[in-house]
Amino acid sequence: MTMAPPFSWLKPEPFGLHIVPADAWIDPARAVDTALVTHGHADHARGGHGLTVATPETLAIMALRYGVLETGSTPVAYGETVTLKGGVKATYVPAGHVLGSAQILLEHAGERVIVTGDYKRRADPTCPPFQVTPCDVFVTEATFGLPVFRHPPIADEMAKLLAARENDQGRCVLVGAYALGKAQRVIAELRAAGFADTIWLHGAMERMCRLYEDHGVDLGDLQPVAGVPKAALANSIVICPPSALNDRWSRRLPDPVTAMASGWMRVRQRARQRGVELPLIISDHADWDELTQTITQVNPTETWVTHGREEALLRWCELTQRKARALALVGYEDEDD
Amino acid sequence: MERFAALLDALALTPSRNAKLALLADYLHETPDPDRGWALAALTDGLDFPAVKASLIRSLMAERVDPVLWTLSREYVGDTAETASLLWPEPFGERLAAPTVAEVVATLHATTRTTAPTILADLLDRLDVNGRYALLKLATGAMRIGISARLAKVAFAQAFTVSVEDVEEYWHGQSPPYAPLFDWAANGAPPPRTDLLPLFRPFMLAHPLEAESLDLSQYAAEWKWDGIRVQIVHVAGETRVYSRSGDDISATFPEVTAALTTPCVLDGELLVRGAHQGGETGGAASFNALQQRLGRKIVSKAMLAEAPAFVRLYDLLIEDGEDLREWAWEQRRTRLEALVPRLDATRFDISQVIPAKDFDDLAEIRSRARDEAIEGVMLKRRDSPYVAGRRTGLWYKWKRDPLLIDCVLMYAQRGSGKRSSFYSDFTFGCWNGDPDAGAELLPVGKAYFGFTDEELKFLDRHVRQHTVGKFGPVRETDKSLVFEVAFDSVHTSKRHKSGVAMRFPRISRIRTRQARARGGPARYAESPDRRLNR
Repeated sequence: MTMAPPFSWLKPEPFGLHIVPADAWIDPARAVDTALVTHGHADHARGGHGLTVATPETLAIMALRYGVLETGSTPVAYGETVTLKGGVKATYVPAGHVLGSAQILLEHAGERVIVTGDYKRRADPTCPPFQVTPCDVFVTEATFGLPVFRHPPIADEMAKLLAARENDQGRCVLVGAYALGKAQRVIAELRAAGFADTIWLHGAMERMCRLYEDHGVDLGDLQPVAGVPKAALANSIVICPPSALNDRWSRRLPDPVTAMASGWMRVRQRARQRGVELPLIISDHADWDELTQTITQVNPTETWVTHGREEALLRWCELTQRKARALALVGYEDEDD
Repeated sequence: MERFAALLDALALTPSRNAKLALLADYLHETPDPDRGWALAALTDGLDFPAVKASLIRSLMAERVDPVLWTLSREYVGDTAETASLLWPEPFGERLAAPTVAEVVATLHATTRTTAPTILADLLDRLDVNGRYALLKLATGAMRIGISARLAKVAFAQAFTVSVEDVEEYWHGQSPPYAPLFDWAANGAPPPRTDLLPLFRPFMLAHPLEAESLDLSQYAAEWKWDGIRVQIVHVAGETRVYSRSGDDISATFPEVTAALTTPCVLDGELLVRGAHQGGETGGAASFNALQQRLGRKIVSKAMLAEAPAFVRLYDLLIEDGEDLREWAWEQRRTRLEALVPRLDATRFDISQVIPAKDFDDLAEIRSRARDEAIEGVMLKRRDSPYVAGRRTGLWYKWKRDPLLIDCVLMYAQRGSGKRSSFYSDFTFGCWNGDPDAGAELLPVGKAYFGFTDEELKFLDRHVRQHTVGKFGPVRETDKSLVFEVAFDSVHTSKRHKSGVAMRFPRISRIRTRQARARGGPARYAESPDRRLNR
């Protein structure tokens, strides 16, 4: 009897990872019969699948974005295991990226594979922390997979934001932040830093913030900015999606100081290109140190790199004598994180 | 060094000039000597440390970072100093106290090629990521954050509530860290002595003429020449040529610099001789010819022969150590007329007073002037002293009426700062013939001012509603809007597809009614051939 080569039951295809015996896909870039979704960001969680397997929080986020998942969904809580077709077992483990985000541990033929989706190692008041779980193959993201990316402590960035708010010209601070995850984390961190004033929201932020609150994340007093007179917004903090920063929408605000909460803000030219006056280096992805630390701790036999700046991470694996390969998966974009 | 690093980052990210001024003024006011002086030098002139070059940074990093990871990082970040500041390994244990700017400067000045690697590494170990960036930028003299000497001087004046003109005058001849300058401005010490150095003196400037008429018994009229305003200073055997902003351009015009050997300070217009239209033979060529000489550090012999420079003199500020600036213009003029025959006639002549009987006569003479090198007329009060800047009532400039042409809006781009949400930079064009006979609409210029806030709102809305294509940040419009563009002159240009380029174009009026009435591609903008030649 010939043995199948190791891990041949999990096939990287251009639009996602295919779990062959279960005929299921992880974060597929197009509609499939069965999809295992790591988290609610649009590049990972697309609509239209026959069956969506995800954490209850991720399913709630998807329902908010795409309407009710008509055809079917299977909620899997953190720590729970579901058995898929062909006897493949899938366990959802916290990834620390955003509310509901999970790494998916797959077990089949005596082999253990973890697919991280997106993750970070820093504390985040809006979701449980990443759990290090042993495995044979570790499929990791590499959004910030360059050694220049070292996110500073978030307390430093909050201090910058709060200092900018206390200007003497009655300007407001307009923070561009991803509508899912980043916005709520920034709000929760502001609250943790003792900021109790109303935080004003762009219309696109409201429903997601309510969803977070429904899941027990306290965000304090939030108000929609629509219809509020300019004068009432002096020295306040307003949160909007990054695309609205330089949009006509922002003309309603009192001479806003443009801030952007993103890991890309580490690089000055990126901040300048976006016309950002106050770059806040805040990311929901692992930075270089977190990526390398995580691979070291998980200590897999093989590391597969899905998306991001994979070349540098592969080089690091080479330098530390680790077996690694890049999966050419398409469609995972994170320009705004 | 931390404060300097913070200033550097804030300046780079702040779009508005006023906010930059406030940041810089605040820094100069709050930072002790000599740090603020060194910082000022680093931001403006740049400091030169011959032992520290970009190659040193690369070799320091090669000892600390894997070459592949370095290359990938450098390619992504796009700047060697920034990449190094991000990749520099943090030292073990507690970081030593950060150095002051003065300590950094003193240390780097004392380095040699041999000691530079260890010395720079020690400094890097004492700084955080932003501090390392600031250090590497300071050490390699590549700040590139858009702080002009002028902006720095205005900020200095703002910081200590002194006049910009005084700052300009005393600044020259001072070297970093400008201790006497700070001592004067911050502590009320007497100003630095300036009479024995070839220093720049702030220019006297003119207001645009708004009155209907002036009494020519009180005001003298001179031509305003279309070159670059310069000041030529000769003292103690040294000569300098300064531009209007106070930049030393002696090396760009060596023939002029070498020609002045009389101790004096002259104000005049730098022009080049050459082919020209409408003027007297052997006179000044148009600005276009002069442009080829500007911005060149090395001047070839061919260039000196083809476009020789000379200065048409307006005024005499100082002669033989005697400061004439308090004197009346008429008296200075007499001294100037007496001096000119003693100067090298190939390099210096005098700007003639226009012999107009009265203001109407002057208007008539002005309207007949066809010399390309004439930009308009200057009116100078006969008893005016030579004072720095623009003083109401003394000097007026009466430019030629601008040329006007109707152009079609072709492309628009968003502005920066307060205008970042508005399409406010406009590219416009003219048809090169009859649009019905297959003529092309060719871009002839770009303008981003001349309109009111209300008109800007209208233009922004128009662009958004009439976009037919997007190229990155640029929107192409459907060519349905026509506006009248005012400009000072036009010259041929190989860089423009239309073959012509305008000088100082601005939008003078939006032709909303016509555009609405006719709609569609606007065919009534005339061809550049017909309207752009004068």
